[in-house]
Amino acid sequence: MFNHETVEKNIGLMIVLIVLGISFGGLVEIVPLFNIKQTTEPVEGLKPYTALQLEGRDVYIKEGCVGCHSQMIRPLRAEVERYGHYSVAGESVYDYPFLWGSKRTGPDLARVGQRYSDEWHRAHLYNPRDVVPASIMPAYPHLMDNVIDESITPKKMEALSVLGVPYTAEDIASASEDVRGKTEMDALIAYLQGLGTALTQKR
Amino acid sequence: MSSFWSGWVLILTLACLGLVIFILFATWKIQRKNTTEETVGHEFDGIVEYDNPMPMWWIGLFLATLIFGGIYFVLYPGIFPGKFDGILGWTSIGELEGDQAKHKEQFQPLFSKYANMSIEELQSEPQALNMGKRIFLNNCALCHGSDAGGTFGFPSLTDDDWVWGGSADEIETTVLDGRTGQMPAWGPVLGEKGVRNVSLYARSLSGIDTGATSKELQAGKTAYDTTCAVCHGADGKGNKLFGAPNLTDDVWLFGSSQAQVEYTVRKGRNGVMPPWKDVLGKDKVHLVTGYVYSLTKDKK
Repeated sequence: MFNHETVEKNIGLMIVLIVLGISFGGLVEIVPLFNIKQTTEPVEGLKPYTALQLEGRDVYIKEGCVGCHSQMIRPLRAEVERYGHYSVAGESVYDYPFLWGSKRTGPDLARVGQRYSDEWHRAHLYNPRDVVPASIMPAYPHLMDNVIDESITPKKMEALSVLGVPYTAEDIASASEDVRGKTEMDALIAYLQGLGTALTQKR
Repeated sequence: MSSFWSGWVLILTLACLGLVIFILFATWKIQRKNTTEETVGHEFDGIVEYDNPMPMWWIGLFLATLIFGGIYFVLYPGIFPGKFDGILGWTSIGELEGDQAKHKEQFQPLFSKYANMSIEELQSEPQALNMGKRIFLNNCALCHGSDAGGTFGFPSLTDDDWVWGGSADEIETTVLDGRTGQMPAWGPVLGEKGVRNVSLYARSLSGIDTGATSKELQAGKTAYDTTCAVCHGADGKGNKLFGAPNLTDDVWLFGSSQAQVEYTVRKGRNGVMPPWKDVLGKDKVHLVTGYVYSLTKDKK
């Protein structure tokens, strides 16, 4: 069986052996994470996103913020000093999908919540150059005009509750009302202001 | 990590390593030992492949990685998580904390030295002011600007006009605990005409030529005295206890045009300075206060 030729000429056998070969890494490094306490239990005080924050998260995804901003503070001194307490898995348990990102063109946003005022975010998202002259971030003025589609907010929350986010029936019932008339700007700011606030920023 | 998942990692890792070693030796045995002219037997477009043994240096490297893996599993956590964490006792958090402790040991004396000096004393410490400036640029410049000159809605720190007070203590309190502006929306109370008149009057206080009639100014003053004077003072000089700005100077945080002032009166303004106590810590707040204070110390 361990003949080069046998393996190379039996494509079925080769597929099985390749799958077997590459499975070890995933089985050892990924599968346990779905099942252990450290990664599946929320940190104390973590709350599911409010209806408005959830819509803001979708704006964040839609506008591709994750392409330039990570939400993952690594346990390195320089990062902890700049951004705050390192990120822990239990902070992301209600994130479907998580938005840790893998690229920092702009700064990490894992603990941006409450760090700047709502008005600053509004001015900055409208045109980053108004407050940070050297910024290369694109402007998002259209967020001021786009109004959230309140009809699908409860459906989003229902879908998330199927995945295990503990939304109550009242949360879902009031979702449309909570986002009524709000712009994408309002939603995005609500989302940003909640980021990383479950764990305190103490260093 | 539960015993099951620890065991799962252990068994699968060992099985994988075992398989790799088994395949390496099983195939090694059936390999020819010397370079020959023989090919593996297939031909594509006239291209054939010699059936030669693996180079020894390659096999050597492969074995070296296996040995490295074995040593790694003895030293570092990995093969049996939660049950055997390596004889070095290494953790990523431990490494971070060690790094932080080392850093603190090196720099804390400096921070402590300046923490024990008053803001006024810091003014003659160029190093302290430089440290404060760095902290300012990294944290405060986003709103107040890298030159601390401010912008629309975010106050200038260089003009010695202070909404919440400009003494060393007041600045430090502002940075530590943050501030929230409390200008309510007066539109519903005053009505459109009232908003217009009161805005004309407020602008006239700082000497702006509003072109308003004396009747409008009189109406504006009446409305001002009953609604605005509580915080901004009967003379319009403001009150730093409420963060009510002085209306008689030419500093207008939210613009001084008629339209901008009307907007401010109609909708209110709630400028927010976030608290930096928990983000920066007291020592760094002290240094950054020293820097901010230095910007206007010649004007006091």
